[in-house]
Amino acid sequence: MIEARQLTKVFRDKKRGHIRAVDQVNFRCVPAKIYGLLGANGAGKTTTLRMLATLLQPTSGSASVAGYDVATAPQQARASLGFLSTATALYGRLTAREMVAYFGRLYGLEESALRKRMDELFARLQMQDFLDRRCDQLSTGMKQKTSIARTLVHDPPVMIFDEPTSGLDVMTARTIVAFIRECREHGKTVIFSTHVMSEAEKLCDTIGIIHDGKLLEEGTLAELREKHSQHDLEEIFVRVVGG
Amino acid sequence: MSLRNIGIVYRKEMVDTLRDRRTVISMVVVPILLMPLMTLGMAGISIRMMKKAKEEVPRVMVVGGEDSPRVTAALHKLSTVQFVPPSSDYAAQISNKQIRAAVRIPAGFDAALDRGEPARIEIDVYAGEIKSEFGAARLQAFFQEFRQHTLEQRLEARNLPASFIHPFDVVKQNVAPPEKVSAAVLGGLIPYMVILLCLTGAMYPAMDLTAGEKERGTMETILTSPVSRTHLVFGKFLTVLTASLATAVLAVLSMGVSGIFVKRLLRDIPREAASQLQLSINAKAVVAVFVMVLPIAVLFSAALLAIALFAKSYKEAQSYISPLMIVVILPAVASLLPGVELDAKLALIPILNTSLVSKEIVSGTYHWNFIVLIFASSCLYAGAALYAAVKLFQREDVLFRS
Repeated sequence: MIEARQLTKVFRDKKRGHIRAVDQVNFRCVPAKIYGLLGANGAGKTTTLRMLATLLQPTSGSASVAGYDVATAPQQARASLGFLSTATALYGRLTAREMVAYFGRLYGLEESALRKRMDELFARLQMQDFLDRRCDQLSTGMKQKTSIARTLVHDPPVMIFDEPTSGLDVMTARTIVAFIRECREHGKTVIFSTHVMSEAEKLCDTIGIIHDGKLLEEGTLAELREKHSQHDLEEIFVRVVGG
Repeated sequence: MSLRNIGIVYRKEMVDTLRDRRTVISMVVVPILLMPLMTLGMAGISIRMMKKAKEEVPRVMVVGGEDSPRVTAALHKLSTVQFVPPSSDYAAQISNKQIRAAVRIPAGFDAALDRGEPARIEIDVYAGEIKSEFGAARLQAFFQEFRQHTLEQRLEARNLPASFIHPFDVVKQNVAPPEKVSAAVLGGLIPYMVILLCLTGAMYPAMDLTAGEKERGTMETILTSPVSRTHLVFGKFLTVLTASLATAVLAVLSMGVSGIFVKRLLRDIPREAASQLQLSINAKAVVAVFVMVLPIAVLFSAALLAIALFAKSYKEAQSYISPLMIVVILPAVASLLPGVELDAKLALIPILNTSLVSKEIVSGTYHWNFIVLIFASSCLYAGAALYAAVKLFQREDVLFRS
């Protein structure tokens, strides 16, 4: 479960003054559902997700992840989530195995449990061939698999994906999309951000349209289509953001 | 404070750091290879030069003296130099290193001596050139002996005892311990090297573990794990500190080993020359220097971590840290200047104080009040730097600076 209540983030910039990157945003993501945050570049998607992942502190409002408040219990909140974005890179000088093990230990897994979990993940993701190669020598696809194993090593109830397919080729992007679906099937609460309409259409149970830091519209794809009497999500999006 | 988490971060960072070629070069290769090369090379070259200069029979020229057969005959018996025929361009020949020195004997020198009138011998030399100085020294020694001989003859003729012109002796005696003497020559260098290597050893890992992580995008990855930022800083800090101290320890060890070889080299050259190059420092002093340098290594590690964290990229971090080298080198060099002595004010200046007190420790002097004051003040500075690093790691505008 993820809840955001009046979530706000204000950045101070020397030249531009105060910037409200996220402005009183409310939403709720429930287990076994995918919530998609749809918005253009600079709309406030990454800032919202970074606040949920406790990387940034909210200026006002609050948010909770798996029942833990991100401001008062950030460590427990982080322990309950897996965060994946194209910005979360791997340690190039560690092997894929070392990378996953490092995070498993930081999540507090005991050695025997960690080993069992890693064997399971490596088999499921078909990683055996490159486990002992350094991450900087892996192909993009291998890197993505390692990143997925890294986010899943502690089997978190909540998954946060920040534009996970941006810049990836079709095949690698498909792996990620399949992985997001799998998370839903396993009953996890999933939130993901994207500016790709087709991806949102394919994946999301609920779509929130964010623009200039404000959540302007929210609903299932069917609800949005009905409300705006429009089938095409792109058209709906453009209408909502007033383009 | 979870030691487990700090330990996990530390272990990972050490593995990561030891696989970084730049760090390994600055931490292992530089101190292990460069230090012995420098000490052995410098000692070897100077010893060889001295030996060669001493072995050479210097070519010298006698100008004038045709009317003074007594002095010229005695002079030509001198076997430690080789005489070349006189020529008017002796000065140019010395400059061109064709001959090493020339002696000018004024007209009527023998006759002047007989009459008891003052006379003047001039020796031409290429000042600062060791082979020329050796040649001149041999001529000078000859004339000193010749003068002594003349003096003795005169005293004898007047029936006067030798003590008539030599009423008393003046003797200078050294009371400083032998370490102190060698320390004055080379000892100041040891703490200086240790301090400098603590800095260079910490530089690369500090940049790699902060700005480098930002640049490679792993900072965001690690911050999404439940490890607290304080534990993360401590793990990184301990890694940088390990690299810093390892660099210094390896350098001192390799200098120690090369010192043994230098001693072997010195066996072949005369004692008085050897004593100038010898470096007698006991192990206790080296350990004491390391204890004094420990808070400085903490200060460097924490300060470098904080500065490099502020940078967006490795390159930016380098441009912040390179000027810092000068800030560190200046006080360390100041401690090497003659006449800079430790006092209560200097004892509070970081780096300079440690450098000065370490110089004293190496020379066998332990001023306990200064040692305590300097250790305490260095710990305070180190603590402040560590606190700043921890605080900076909590600031999202620093971590996500773009």
